Amino acid sequence: MTSTLVPGPTGPAARSGIARLAGTMARTWRANLAALPTLASLVIFAVMIVYGELTYGRIVQYNTLSNLLVNNAHLVIIAVGMTFVILTGGIDLSVGAVIAFSSVAGVMLANAGWNPWVVVVLMIGSGTAFGVGSGLLIQYANVQPFIATLAMMFLARGLASTLSTTPERLPEDSAIRSLATRFKIVDGERVDDLIVTPGVIIAILIVAAGFFVLHRTRTGRTVYAIGGSEQSAALMGLPVVRTKLWVYAISGTLAGLASVVYTARLGIAQNITGIGWELDAIAAVVIGGTLLTGGAGFVLGSVVGALVLGLMNVLITRDGGIRPEATTIITGGILLVFVLLQRVLTARGRGRSGESVPARPPESGLA
Amino acid sequence: MSTTGTGPRHLVRRQYFWGIVAIVLLLLVNVLKDPGFLALSVNPANGNLVGNLVDILRAAAPILMIAVGMSLVVATGGIDLSVGSLMVVAGAVSMEFLKASGDASSGGVALGALGLALAVTALLGALNGILVSVVGLQPFISTLVMMLAGRGLAKVITSGQNTAASNEPFRWLANGFVLGFPVVVLLAAAVVVAVAVVVRRSALGLMIEAVGINRKASRMAGIRPRGLLLTVYGISGVLAGIAGVFATASVMTVDVSRTGYQLELDAILAVVIGGTSLAGGKFSIGGSVVGALLIATLDKTIVFLGVSSSATPAFKAAVIIVLCLLQAERVRSLFRQRRAAGSPVSKEGVAA
Repeated sequence: MTSTLVPGPTGPAARSGIARLAGTMARTWRANLAALPTLASLVIFAVMIVYGELTYGRIVQYNTLSNLLVNNAHLVIIAVGMTFVILTGGIDLSVGAVIAFSSVAGVMLANAGWNPWVVVVLMIGSGTAFGVGSGLLIQYANVQPFIATLAMMFLARGLASTLSTTPERLPEDSAIRSLATRFKIVDGERVDDLIVTPGVIIAILIVAAGFFVLHRTRTGRTVYAIGGSEQSAALMGLPVVRTKLWVYAISGTLAGLASVVYTARLGIAQNITGIGWELDAIAAVVIGGTLLTGGAGFVLGSVVGALVLGLMNVLITRDGGIRPEATTIITGGILLVFVLLQRVLTARGRGRSGESVPARPPESGLA
Repeated sequence: MSTTGTGPRHLVRRQYFWGIVAIVLLLLVNVLKDPGFLALSVNPANGNLVGNLVDILRAAAPILMIAVGMSLVVATGGIDLSVGSLMVVAGAVSMEFLKASGDASSGGVALGALGLALAVTALLGALNGILVSVVGLQPFISTLVMMLAGRGLAKVITSGQNTAASNEPFRWLANGFVLGFPVVVLLAAAVVVAVAVVVRRSALGLMIEAVGINRKASRMAGIRPRGLLLTVYGISGVLAGIAGVFATASVMTVDVSRTGYQLELDAILAVVIGGTSLAGGKFSIGGSVVGALLIATLDKTIVFLGVSSSATPAFKAAVIIVLCLLQAERVRSLFRQRRAAGSPVSKEGVAA
């Protein structure tokens, strides 16, 4: 509806369109305090870009920004999967290890002469298998999500180590590497080109699909409902069991896909690949404004969160004064700050609308 | 499953019992391979007890430490994923301290290194506790952050290098003998007994379990979950620090990427083997000891048989998954029996 008003640049129609837009925005703002962290992450991203440009230079240019996307496509993909899981109030700690297993197995199969596209399908399928495994453990054995996915994490990492403990190299002419072909869209001066790879396109498609499923389908509604209150969702007759299984399957599948994208770009697979990526993915989701307790959040926010983390790595590399080993400490610190922010916001929201998050409101009064 | 149809008390005993059976079986496998496996001898030169069983006990010492800490944390309904990383932090701190002091024979320096390492890990453990109890973060998130940040911290402390140092008294902690018995085993046993006595001879253990069963109810009953959680995570940190000292003192080198790597897997496995449910609410120090001994025996057997050890983590993970399934099955059958008996406690079963 509003789109018909926006193109009209003249007369009162445009003014009322703007006024209506402003009104909608104000209403959304008031109705949705949960969006504040997402906005905060956007602001942080912008501030980081401006700060980086002013301090180190060469940030706001085609190749830096397109490399940011190229190098973080896998993180964006797993962050989308993690968003689904966290929205239901669960967690998936296995993504990093699943990526390690899937990439080691994939590269070894490719080196053994298997058809590259069959290998790609198997890589994604192995991710799905781990995801379904976690889902079944959680749903049918009543294991807590973090225990089930932790067990899967150990299992996947252990299986990857069983396969190989040395770096496995993908041949230079392997068709899997074509997923990392760098297409120039804008040919800038010298190396300053706007580049896109099939991996980036896959990530964008996944984000779009994730957005569509979460905001435009019944499954998406159910995901939010489960996160709000699983019991209520079940009492409402929503397919809780099926949806939760789906959510972990999606997360596993996307981990498999991320492994394809990452392996294609790097060409090397190792059993220690992806250590700590589960934390990166969780941090991306939380920075992007999704509540760690589930029920509220945005998949687009997770993308911003992933890019914030990617940009942070770029700035740390440019700065040179911070050890790369300290990156995990900083990521953890950022995650904690955002979780604290969420606590403050949800505590305030709860003051008006009653208990909605399984937290401990009365205890905050006790010192 | 054969687990159905027996009373819950029998099952608890049986799971505890199964760990011991597994240890005996593993030892039998070793004996079949080499009939002299269990032989213990006394080194005539210095009167020290030597043998494969002693080796197993020595290897079990670090696992024992983190398993006991983990069983307390699990009893509160939480988890501590950072034990392996706190081990490497303790190793890094003590090695850097010993290297900086440069005194290879001073016992005071060794004590200083030990104290500093334990203080740092206690602090990091308490930080976990603050994040869990005061901030209200889920335990696995805060300890996951600590797990990754801790290893990063160790790398920052040692500038990313594997650091070696020499100090005889410190080395003695892991390699020395007292009256023919290895010091590390005696120390580990002393720590385990001390924790067990403190926890089981006072109300502390019951309070920990109460918090794990229902935090709100425990608060209503007059327990302060905050201080308790802080203490438990702090204890787990200190125990991980002791484990780190044991692990690094035996080789007097800290390997920043390998020391304590994935040892949280061993700790969780030991707890689960000991029959403690990861859902929280109860713990068994004895069970965790059996679990830790079983893991050390398993590791030794794999080396002894010459099987590739790269498959062990996957095998351990598979065992965890199976035990989780068994526990769930147990909860279900219990639940079913209680409902069949018409008792009104079914809600408890759901909450647990």
